[in-house]
Amino acid sequence: MATKTSKIKVQDLKLWYGDFQALHGLDLEVPEKKITAFIGPSGCGKSTFIKTLNRMNDLVENCRIEGKVELDGKDIYGSKTDINQLRKKVGMVFQQPNPFPKSIYDNIAYGPRTHGIKKKAELDEIVERSLKQAAIWDEVKDYLDRNALSISGGQQQRICIARALAVEPEVLLMDEPTSALDPISTAKIEELVSQLKQDYTIVMVTHNMQQASRVSDETAFFLNGHIIEHADTRKIFTNPDQEETENYISGRFG
Amino acid sequence: MRRAYDEELEQLHRKFYQMGCKVNEAIYKSIKAFVKHDKELAKGVIDEDKEINQFEHDLEQACIELIALQQPVTTDLRKIVTVMKASADLERMGDHAVSISKSTIRVKGNKRNTMIEGMISDAGEKIKKMGEDVLKAYVEYDSEKAVEIAKYDYLVDSLAHDIKEACIAEMKKDPELVLGATDYMMASTYIERIGDYITNISEWIVYFETGEIQELNTHNSYENL
Repeated sequence: MATKTSKIKVQDLKLWYGDFQALHGLDLEVPEKKITAFIGPSGCGKSTFIKTLNRMNDLVENCRIEGKVELDGKDIYGSKTDINQLRKKVGMVFQQPNPFPKSIYDNIAYGPRTHGIKKKAELDEIVERSLKQAAIWDEVKDYLDRNALSISGGQQQRICIARALAVEPEVLLMDEPTSALDPISTAKIEELVSQLKQDYTIVMVTHNMQQASRVSDETAFFLNGHIIEHADTRKIFTNPDQEETENYISGRFG
Repeated sequence: MRRAYDEELEQLHRKFYQMGCKVNEAIYKSIKAFVKHDKELAKGVIDEDKEINQFEHDLEQACIELIALQQPVTTDLRKIVTVMKASADLERMGDHAVSISKSTIRVKGNKRNTMIEGMISDAGEKIKKMGEDVLKAYVEYDSEKAVEIAKYDYLVDSLAHDIKEACIAEMKKDPELVLGATDYMMASTYIERIGDYITNISEWIVYFETGEIQELNTHNSYENL
């Protein structure tokens, strides 16, 4: 791999839910404008970890964190961090498509409006650009006033991606973005994600190992709150260093 | 994702074709050098074999990664298997060109025989045509053409047989020819083997199109002992 810059740098990150320690001192660098996939069995901490990258864990009661998460060299858990700005920079897409029960247009315009954009022309432009980037413009351009909940799940998920893109983030976190979708919609999202990496740094949690192997540049394997191995995806899937990685990927686990 | 995957498959295809062109060139040059006693040309073939080996290495690496990362099925799988197997055949063809070139360099003032050298040159022309045709059949995924090409292998076999007979006859007449004629016989054997590898590649083209692994030309009979 050619020289790469790290967009996110995590150092010795520990996280507790009450007395339970979910993450045990994780170190990880997320390369800029690449796709990094997190794989691992349920409960291994990958979703918990991805949420720490834009402080979604702040919303969880009894959640305590130690260590450092740097975005462009600045600690996002530092006292000076503006959470709204952080989440503008680091957008998120979830497992279940979760559009607001509003029109498609208002879903996309929601973020820009909260950040103070009011002019109709400007919003129109953002909506069109975001929907195009999310590869759904052609499918919905004539129905922008339709309720976003009335379209298919695969389309809803792309609306959610468009909504995340509307505030021009730099990082896109995706927590199992296709696990609720059929293979055709999944293929569309994968295609889309691989296009988006030209402009965005993408971190993706997936239960689908084939998805990780198909789309990602780097893969990190999580187990019991530890990162067992993090390497170039080609290496992870052809000749991983750790036996646990090998066992998990080849389905010989447990 | 499919788009990137298709591009990688397309690249495999192109790279295999490039490798094939290089191998054909090496074979052509090695035979030309052999009959023209051109040691410089023969050295060039040996030097360029590294590139052919690198091609094979790169293709294998790319195929292994595609299998691991894309879990190919159906046409994609057959395409990858075809490249993997046929590139090994191409590489062996290149090695035979190197062997012919080495005997060109080895020869030091041995007595020669223009008639036999003419026969080797003819066999070289045949093998050149077969090599070009098989690459064309590969590029077009034309299994019918591949079957046709494999049928021509018997011509190369019989030419090699004739060269051997001629060598023996000439050696009987003139014992000074023994050293040179031994190299003639070896060269004809290499050319004959190259024909066998071309047949193998034809078989992989047939596999790609039909999914059937079949032998197009077998030597495992008691004919032509």
